[in-house]
Order: sequence, then structure tokens, then C-alpha cells
Amino acid sequence: MASDMSALLTELLIPFQYGYMLKAMWVSALVGGVCAFLSAYLMLKGWSLMGDALAHSIVPGVAAAYIIGAPFAVGAFFAGILASVAMNFVKQKSRLREDAVIGLVFTALFALGLLMASIWPTSVSIQSIVLGNILAIADEDVVQVAIIAGVSLAVLLLVWKDMMVTFFDESHARSIGINTTFLKGLFFTLLSACTVAALQTVGACLVIAMVVTPGATAYLLTDRFGRLIVISVALGVTTSFTGAYISYFLDGATGGVIVCLQTLLFLAAFYFAPKHGLLAARRRRLEAIEAAA
Amino acid sequence: MNALVPEIGAAADAKLGASISVRNLNVTYPNGFTAVRDASFDLDPGTICALVGVNGSGKSTIFKAIMGFVRPTAGEVRLCGLTVGEALKRNIVAYVPQSEDVDWNFPVLVETVVMMGRYGHMNFLRMASRADQYKVDEALERVGMSDYRKRQIGELSGGQKKRVFLARALAQEGRIILLDEPFTGVDVKTEAAIVGLLRELRASGHLMLVSTHNLGSVPDFCDHVVLLNRTVLAAGPTAEVFTQKNLELAFGGVLRNFQLGGAALHDDADARSVTVLTDDERPLVLYGDKHSRRQEPDGK
Repeated sequence: MASDMSALLTELLIPFQYGYMLKAMWVSALVGGVCAFLSAYLMLKGWSLMGDALAHSIVPGVAAAYIIGAPFAVGAFFAGILASVAMNFVKQKSRLREDAVIGLVFTALFALGLLMASIWPTSVSIQSIVLGNILAIADEDVVQVAIIAGVSLAVLLLVWKDMMVTFFDESHARSIGINTTFLKGLFFTLLSACTVAALQTVGACLVIAMVVTPGATAYLLTDRFGRLIVISVALGVTTSFTGAYISYFLDGATGGVIVCLQTLLFLAAFYFAPKHGLLAARRRRLEAIEAAA
Repeated sequence: MNALVPEIGAAADAKLGASISVRNLNVTYPNGFTAVRDASFDLDPGTICALVGVNGSGKSTIFKAIMGFVRPTAGEVRLCGLTVGEALKRNIVAYVPQSEDVDWNFPVLVETVVMMGRYGHMNFLRMASRADQYKVDEALERVGMSDYRKRQIGELSGGQKKRVFLARALAQEGRIILLDEPFTGVDVKTEAAIVGLLRELRASGHLMLVSTHNLGSVPDFCDHVVLLNRTVLAAGPTAEVFTQKNLELAFGGVLRNFQLGGAALHDDADARSVTVLTDDERPLVLYGDKHSRRQEPDGK
């Protein structure tokens, strides 16, 4: 029995013996944490799908960067600019609604990325862009991801309160001298940068979960913005780290595991949250009925 | 009501010089729409001024110009003699938003919202000092919301929500306070309490600019009126400016106008008639051409 236990324990510790697994776990945790920080803001403004659009739009840029051997972040940056210019241009020159324009532009760019990857399959793997490839991430990519996530985290820690005021009440933010235009620009810059980083860990299709789910879960658990950020980041870090760890046993699909874990926690909060959960609502309703009877 | 408006130790406030000077203001939006043309008015310390006009008459554009949200295409706005940018840096302007403009589901507590009023006085990281904490307590106390400080803002009634944002303006200590539709969705008791608080602030030299549809309460508490219709139609003391003739000019056919005639109602020689003017809220009642005013509690 005891030997069974120790055998199991040895088995469970295996991922920590491999350098590539350790790297995958801490990089995922870092990216998951920063994305979760941003999710606290993103989901409050009804801009959630913007993250999705961004992640898909930058795919051709990343593909091009791999083809010519440039840093992927540079390619993503230019593709991001191209996407926003294209969206603005089509919006101004046509009478289409914004959601149609976003849908049109981001799918077009995503398709272009897939096309490039199928024409030059040796330098770009469709699979790793769409699904992420954290287990086999190259060291120079790790450096880029770490810089992006580290700088974003530092900036967010400095301006989180100003950003909160800007998102909550822009008029007031301006009346106390906060440059709201700059802060909103900064937010979208950070969002784009972190989307690029998350592309490496969970892939273009699942980035949206990283920048929405942790914040949405935390929103059900607290009414204080500061706590919401702490809970959200804790969820992002834990699920990303654990997801990368579990994916060792499942052989790949890191992104899928991370997002499934995040969704499980969301469902738990949705049901059990002390104030905003289904259970609490039912209890309040029963109490009201009893009180009336 | 008086609990809501305790005495102000206004020694420091008495020195306040709060003024708004709008000179030949023109605002044309990027899409080519000119919202305000050649608007001018001046307001002095210790004033409550109503900004009155139909929807689209430029009320919110004037607010935006005072807050630096839109740049004048011509003319200028000066606050306490300073440019808008300088005035905002010095926390001179406090803004109380319209209830519809606030996201009531935002995860913030009452005390956090009021603390936001102090951010302009804090360092870059917005760390609250003991003095900031004290000002927040004081502001909450003054609007009678201390018991609700740990509530999420969406859990409050319409009047309580308004008071939280008033408390934020108090905590901010702005000398110029802009109020956007302060009486919408507010019960009569809270309206009286808000008006009482504004009067106290006026006594201590603050300048309040109130955008309102609530024509009936304007003569009650506003000593000045600016009538707008894409420009300033009339500006000055309420008794001179807030007349039936000017209001009809400002509102055109939009106002409901009931005349309850003298001879039709009574047999004596009194030929005055009662005029009821209303757009959508409390009506303005004119007897003869005098404002009918509610009895003010302090007999002022």
C-alpha cells in the first residue's frame, strides 16, 4: 500500500523533472495571471469579444514573422495595426454595423494566416498557432513572452486604480486630471500584447477565455474591484499552471486543459457563489416565501 | 432634512473664488454638427445656476466643454480665471453624473466611489492618507449615507445613488460642481435634501451649474438661469430670465402649456391667469407672471 502511494507520488512529480515542463508551467502561469488581470476590466465594459477578434487578427502577422525568421511579437504588432486600420476604414466608408465589420476583418485576417501556414508548412505550424504549443516553445519565444507579461504586469500594478476610475466613470476621471484617452489606449496596447503572449500558451482560438473567464468568475464572488483583481489573477495563475501540469499526462492540448479548468471554476462560482450564485438566489427566494407565509 | 445638511465650518471656503466664464463658445463636432454657436455667459461664486433647454440644445456640450471633453472650435471657457486644463489639474471641477450614465453593476462599494473623489489629491499610486479617509467619512456623513458605505452601489435606491455621487463631489472639494439631471428618479424628500445641500454649498461660495428638465424647481433653488437653444438665448438672474416669454423661445412647441384663466375661474376683477409650463417633469406654475415658489424651510 505504502509503495503504491509512493509510486503514485513519483508518477505525479515526473513533470517537475523535465526542463521543458517546468518552463511550460511557469510561462503559462505568468501569462494566465496577466490575462486574468486584464479580464477584470475587459468583461465590465462589454468589450469581451474584442479579445477574440484581436487574437485571430494577429495570426497572419505571427505566421509571416516565422516565415522570415523575425520575432513573432513584431509580426503580431503589425498585423494588429493592420486589423484596426482595416476595421476603422471599412466602418467609416460603409454603413455596416460595428460587429459585422469586426467579424469580417478578423476572420479575413485569420483565414489569410491559415493560408500562409499551408503554403509554407515547414516554417509555420497551423496547429501551434491555433492551439498553442507551450510544451515545445522555443527559448527565444519564452524571452518575448516573459518580457511582454512582466512589463504588462508592472504597468497594471502602477495604474490599476486610475484605470478603474476611467472604466467606471470617464467624466469623473477627466475632472480629476486623468488622461483617459491615454489610459484606454494603454489598456488596448496591453491587451494586444498579452493576447500575443497567450497565443503561445493556449493558441488563437482559446485566447478569449484567458481574457474573460477569470474576471467573470471573480465578478460573481466579490463586489470590490480590488478583490476582484486579486481573485481573478489567482484563478488565472492557478488554472494555467495546473493546466500545463495536467497536459503532461494527457500528452498535449495545454490550452484545452487550462480553459476547461477555468470553466469548471466558473461553473462552481455560478452555482455556489455566496451572494451572486444560483444557490444563494434560491435561498433568498425561499426565505422570502417563508417570510410571506 | 437638516441631518443631511449640517453646518459647514466655512472659514476656508469663504475665500473661494469660483467662477465660470464662457466667451463666444463654438463647438463643432468632427461629423460637422455644430452643437453650440457663439455662446457667452458669466457666473460668479455663490451661485446656483440652472442650464435649461430642450434635448439637443447644447446642455451636455457646454458641460463637455467645461470638462475639457470637447475642444471649442472658437471662443474659450475659463474656470476661476484658469484654462480648463489647468482648472482640472487643480481639482476645481467636480461632476455629478446623470444616473443613466453610471454602470450600477460595476463592482465598487459606496465608500470606494466617494474615495475616487480624493484621487486627484493623492500621489500617482492613489494611496489614501488618513486625511483622505477622514474627508470620505465626512462627506458620507454629510449626505446621510454613512450606514451604506459597505454596499455595492447597485443595491441603493435612486435617491441614495444620487447622494453617493454628491458625496464624491464633496470629498473632491471642487469649487465648481456640475450636476447633470440631479432630480431624475429621485423622491421628493431626497430632492429637498439635495436642494438644501446645494444651498449650503452656495452659502460657502461654491458655484453650481445644474442641467435640468425639472422646470418647476428652478425658481425654488436656482438664482441664475442660462437658457439654451444651440446658443445662449438668455442668461441672468432667475426672476429676469426665467419668464414665460423666454421659455417659449427656448422650448418652441415642445412645452405643454396650460392656461387657467382668471375670469373663467372666478368672478372678481382679478384678471391674472395661472400658466402651467412643463416638458416632462415638475411643471412650472406662473400666477400672473410671478413664480409660484414653494415655502423654503429656512424662510430665506
